[in-house]
Amino acid sequence: MRDTQRLMGFVSRGFRGKRRDTASSSRVPPGQYVVTDFPVLSAGPTPRVEVDQWTFSIEGEIDEPRRWTWKEFQALPTETVTKDIHCVTKWSKLDTSWKGVSVDTLMEGVETAAEFTTIYSDGGYTTNVPLDDITGNKAWVVYEFDGQPLQPEHGGPVRFLVPHLYFWKSAKWVRGIRLEKDEHPGFWESNGYNMYGDPWREQRYWGD
Amino acid sequence: MTQVQDMKLDGNAIAGLLREIFAVEMTTARGTCASCGAVNEVGRVEVYIHAPGTVVRCPDCEQVLMRVVHGRGRYWVDMTGVRCLEFAES
Ligand SMILES: [Zn+2]
Repeated sequence: MRDTQRLMGFVSRGFRGKRRDTASSSRVPPGQYVVTDFPVLSAGPTPRVEVDQWTFSIEGEIDEPRRWTWKEFQALPTETVTKDIHCVTKWSKLDTSWKGVSVDTLMEGVETAAEFTTIYSDGGYTTNVPLDDITGNKAWVVYEFDGQPLQPEHGGPVRFLVPHLYFWKSAKWVRGIRLEKDEHPGFWESNGYNMYGDPWREQRYWGD
Repeated sequence: MTQVQDMKLDGNAIAGLLREIFAVEMTTARGTCASCGAVNEVGRVEVYIHAPGTVVRCPDCEQVLMRVVHGRGRYWVDMTGVRCLEFAES
């Protein structure tokens, strides 16, 4: 009986492991589990921004700051990307589909001495990301999720998307990018969370 | 000059004081918001827990009062948004 239980345990463990392998393990960073819903995380009240009041800016270490109105932003060339996202609270969601503007498009022709950026949002949220991590086809400013306008609880009208880093770096309700010579820790980075946040190296907290 | 130096102690001198302060029941404590100056009891503040950490906001101006992150067996507590915390001794 005991042997049977042990065998069953072994079999079911092995089976589960195998299923996870084929489905996702090479795509799921250490310490994460896959969800099929889309959890809503928020550090404050959801800002309600009318699109005719909305703008997107690139400022800081740039000779001529750039700014787009909603209408101008909508006229920029778009990309639709499918990415896996990894939240530091340990859920990962695979194959999420987003439409928006590549940061490369927004940064085209910009000369800057900056090596770092602060992504800032309505409601006061900020997060710091190295400039090299938002350029080179790695980050987007998105306004559609799964073919639908981005809902306010998920950061609509517009959020940042930098999927190779933990999802707190993909700031909701984004309003701009500040180019900086020095690294300034953002909302979570100044209070225990990792400055870089690579999910594959489990860089969750200070000292990771 | 020497007198001032003699009066200065190291952090071990407040170990007992801090232990007493941080072990007190806090729900009736009152915090002064560093942004707008409103004074609110802990029981009245706005709390967001579905986030990478716990965020406490002022019910009057919505600015952040406290941020608490817990992980790897450690806590990180930011209280720059609370100008003064008032509470009864235990
Ligand atoms: Zn206040």
